[in-house]
Parts: sequence; C-alpha cells; structure tokens
Amino acid sequence: MSETVLSVEDVRKDFPITRGVLERLRGRPQRAVHALNGVSLEVKRGETLGIVGESGCGKSTLARCLVRLLDLDGGRIVHEGTDVSGLTGPDRRAFNRRVQMIFQDPYSSLNPRMSVRQILTEAMRVHDMRPAAEIPARIEELLDLVRLPAGSADKRPHEFSGGQRQRIGIARALCVEPEVLVADELVSALDVSVQAQVVNLLLELQERLHLTVVFVAHDLRLVRHISHRVAVMYLGKVVEVAEAEELFERPRHPYTQALLHAAPSLDPAQRTRAVAARGELPSPIDLPSGCLFRTRCPHAFDRCVVEEPALTPRGTGHVAACHIDAPVFEAS
Amino acid sequence: MSLLRVRDLTATFGAGASRLTAVNRVSFDVAQGEVLGLVGESGSGKSVTLRALLRLLPVGGAVSGRVEWEGRDLVTAGDRELRAVRGRQISMIFQEPMTSLNPVLPVRVQIEENLRAHTGLRGRARTARAKELLDLVGIPDAGRRLDEFPHQFSGGMRQRVMIAIALASEPRLLLADEPTTALDVTIQDQILKLILDLKDQLGMSVVLVTHDLGVVAETCDRMAVMYAGRIVETGSVTDVFARPAHAYTAGLMASVPRASAARSVLHSIEGTPPQLDRVPPGCAFHPRCRFATDICRRDVPALEPRVGERLSACHHADAVAAEGSPV
Repeated sequence: MSETVLSVEDVRKDFPITRGVLERLRGRPQRAVHALNGVSLEVKRGETLGIVGESGCGKSTLARCLVRLLDLDGGRIVHEGTDVSGLTGPDRRAFNRRVQMIFQDPYSSLNPRMSVRQILTEAMRVHDMRPAAEIPARIEELLDLVRLPAGSADKRPHEFSGGQRQRIGIARALCVEPEVLVADELVSALDVSVQAQVVNLLLELQERLHLTVVFVAHDLRLVRHISHRVAVMYLGKVVEVAEAEELFERPRHPYTQALLHAAPSLDPAQRTRAVAARGELPSPIDLPSGCLFRTRCPHAFDRCVVEEPALTPRGTGHVAACHIDAPVFEAS
Repeated sequence: MSLLRVRDLTATFGAGASRLTAVNRVSFDVAQGEVLGLVGESGSGKSVTLRALLRLLPVGGAVSGRVEWEGRDLVTAGDRELRAVRGRQISMIFQEPMTSLNPVLPVRVQIEENLRAHTGLRGRARTARAKELLDLVGIPDAGRRLDEFPHQFSGGMRQRVMIAIALASEPRLLLADEPTTALDVTIQDQILKLILDLKDQLGMSVVLVTHDLGVVAETCDRMAVMYAGRIVETGSVTDVFARPAHAYTAGLMASVPRASAARSVLHSIEGTPPQLDRVPPGCAFHPRCRFATDICRRDVPALEPRVGERLSACHHADAVAAEGSPV
C-alpha cells in the first residue's frame, strides 16, 4: 500500500488517580489508570483505518493523542517524518490544520450560543485559512459539501437534528482543508437510518477530497463496512491489525474472535446460546501480568502469565499478539 | 394461549391542543414462554409502550385501551390491584442500572426489599434467597458481594443485580427496556444469554425493547416494529427477517451495514423520524418512503394480515415483500 502518513510508536498514556490528603500523608504510592500501554500503528495515505474495541480499551484516548489533544507519557507520533509528540504553539497549530478531529457527541462539541456561521468562521480564522471577504462564500460551499440546506448558516446547533449536527461537526473539521480526519464514534449517537446517511457522506467526502480517515468505533459492522484496514484494541494495546476482510474472515487473536462472535448476527438462523467471552475487563489500574487478555482467554496457558506476546506477522499485512499461531474460537 | 393481551393501548402526554400521542392504539399478544421484541428508533414509542403496560408513565401521561392480564384489565385496575401485579407478576428492568439502583444502599437491602414486598420469606431465609438470586444471575462470590454498593459493581454486574431484583418475586413476565444498550458487546452477549437461560429455567415470558435489529435476531421469537407511536409490522423473527412486509422495516434492515458490500453506499432512509407534534397525516412513514403513493398520504394503513398471516400496516406490503430481504 501507499506511504505512511501518521505513525504511532509505542505510545503510552496514564491518567493519575487523585490521592486524598490522608493517602498522601501515609505515603500511598501514586496510582494511575493505564489507558495506553504501548500502542504502535501506522496510518497510510488515503485509507480508512478502523479502530475497534470495547469501552476502556483506549481507542478514544488514542484518537485524542493522535490530534495532540492529550500529551503522551511515552513513545512518539510521527507525521510525515516529523515527530509531532512535543509540538507547541504555531507548529502544533500547523499540524492540527492537517490532522483534524470530529467528536462523538454533536450536542456537546458545538457551542450552543454560536451560529453555524460563527462556528465555521472561528475555525477558519484560527488557522488563517481565508481572507475575511472570502469566508461567506466558503461557508456556503462547505454547507453544500456536507448537504446541509441553504440558509443553515445562521441557525444555532439546537435547531438541527442529531444527524445534521454531526454534519456541522464534519464541516467544521473540513473548513481547514485537512488531510487526515480522526472520527471518534462519529455516528454512535444516531439512529440507524440516520447513521447510514452520515456514513455515506463520509465515504463520499473521502473520495472527493482524498482524505485519510481514522475511524474509531465500537460498532463492528460499521467498521467493517467503511475500513480498508482494522486495528483491534484491548486494555490499551493493539492486539490485531489486518485488512478489513481478512480480519473479519480470519481473526487470529482470541479477543478478536470473541468480539466478532459476541456481536449479534442479523440472521436469526445463526443463533447460539453459548457465551462468546466469559468475565469482564480487568482493572486498567492493576493490569494483569503477561498477556492482558489471558484472564478471559479460553486458550490461556502458563506462558501467557509471564510473557506478553508481541505483534507478529500472520500473513500479508496481518499481525496479531498471541502466543498461539492460529487459535480456534471456543465459546464458553 | 396468550399470557398478556394488549388492545388499542394509547399513551398521551399533556392536554388540549398541546396533547401528544406517544403510543397510538398499539395491540399485541405475548404468549407463555415467548420473547417478544419491540424494535424502533428513538421516539418511536417503544419504551413508553412498555411503561404504559404497568401505568408507569411520568406525571401528565395518560393511558387508555386494554391490557389484559389474568382476566383483569390493568388499565382500569385499582391501585391496590395493580400493585399486586406490578413488580410481582410482571417485573421490569431498565437501560441504565446505575440510575435505577439506589446508590446509598448495599445490594442486599435492595434485593431483600423486593423479597419482603412480594414473598413471605423472613430473616435468614430471606438473606439466603438473596444470595441464591445473585448466584442465579451469575455474580461470582455472591455471599460477599451482597454487602457491596452499586458503585462497586461494573456495568454488566449492575445489570445482573437489576435482574436479580426483578426476579425476586418470581415474575411470569419480564419487561426489559434496552437492558444491554449501555453495555459493551461481549457483556451484552452475556446478559442477553443470561435472560434467555433464566426465561427457560423460570418459565417466564419476556418483552424486550431495543433499537438494535441484531439483538432482536439473536434473542426474540416474535417482533413488533414501531414507528411514530404505532406498530407497523409484527410477525415471527424468522419471517420478518426473511421477508419484511413494511417499507420501514425493510429500510431499517437495509441501513445496517452488511459484510458483502464493503465501502459501498449504504442504503439510507432519507430524512429523520417525525417529532410527535408533527406526525405526518396518512402513513406516518410516507415522507421517507420510496413506495409512497397518494393513498399513503391520505389514509392511515391498518395493521392487518397483508402478506400471508403477517400483520403489516403498509398499503404497499405486497410490493415491499416482493423485494425480499435486504439482509
């Protein structure tokens, strides 16, 4: 495939837990939620990279690190050969112009007191995109691009439906003409019939504007539909990466297998009463030793307790982090 | 033989000109041991329908129609009579267990509260039963966890606690309102299968409200699809998935991404579901429907057998069914 646009190298992110006065006096050690535990990934130009996993797997934290909304606690992120992990001031703004984020919740990510025109103008001003005189025409163009009705510019977010609000979010990201869009749960707050409209729009914009998209979501069907490649995360690590078809047809990590089996099928004939994965996510404060999935894995053996498996090749462009080469799914 | 018969159930909010009809003459049956799925998008009236069965509407809500349960009509039953059914013969679980559990009481108290209200168990026998219920819903180390508070449980475990409370009275019907929507997919899978196992063990029936067609396909025997406060199609899950007979059902199924058509344009239903104060005349779905003709804009279609025995409220049910399944 083509060149790498963003490369994530062994990225770590901890969120310290506030200690009470008493705990500090007693000298209790500082504890932390380990949100990202060494994530490595590459984003290729023009592709859609899907990132899936359940709550607490670190996918949203990773998205925020990618656009530098969060500082890293280890590792680095390289954008077209430049390490962007430590960028500040104008350099960071320049980076953000090229790598933009769209947020999950269109209700809280748009300022309710600003009209659509003000929201878009602000974004363009911050990045010095256009001379003031050209902004109104550009706004019309953007609204047209995301298929919002003419005359939307002077309305405020609350006058729009959820799907339309998400289009405003997309227009705001696009007004700085970025190369990479990081979409965090873009459509999860929307009803299924409206989801499809927004997903179609994203696919169309990607073609027209040659965008690279990082699509973070928990909906496996959706991720399979729009992604070229998919990365599966569990407890702050990437456990498997492959091209979408390959990953869904031949998953090689027991967690990926469980995830795919747990997702309800639309075919009533494929029903089963067996549970796809036992147990629950371990605490991200006290991580298990060795393989992070071993506490729920039907295949776990001695080695999994002591040695953390690395991502190793399982075919063209397919990597998985498991000590077993080709585990066979077992329902519990 | 139907356990529950619902006829023309209507739920309205407010009065006079600002009166909104959230549920509009909904009728369905629930058979003994059956799982019925009520599916629809936000605002379709599926949750209000569930609550209206037990007259659990917020202030300002009014219920009419008939809810026949064991020879009684729950809509007209006296408060005392209703209390004997509500929470005892018919239990309910909700989407967000954190807001339906009391955060300042240990779960033991919350389970025993229900046991005290609905069973004759006392003292040690009651505590033993509470522990038994936690075991039943698959909470490990039940004896110790009885004395923990809701915040000490994970989302999935809290939902299990909710189910334990609901089962304390050994209900014959469980009403589940989006019980797994807030949960992750592997936990959702565990909870749905738990509900099915318990249904078999205890001989209950279940009405499951969900927005997720996958959940319906995976767990329900029959399904009723709701749109703008009405049931638009109902039938066995296998039949409906094989050949939907309402344009909305077909559209909903087609909107779900399929494995075979990666990165193609998804079928979408244009527009958005109507707001309750602006429900279109005729068939409420007609502005978004590609089958719509003049009759759809004028006459509300009745829910009646249109394709074989399948009940559909679509003037063009035959044309929709002829296209087969979009999934």
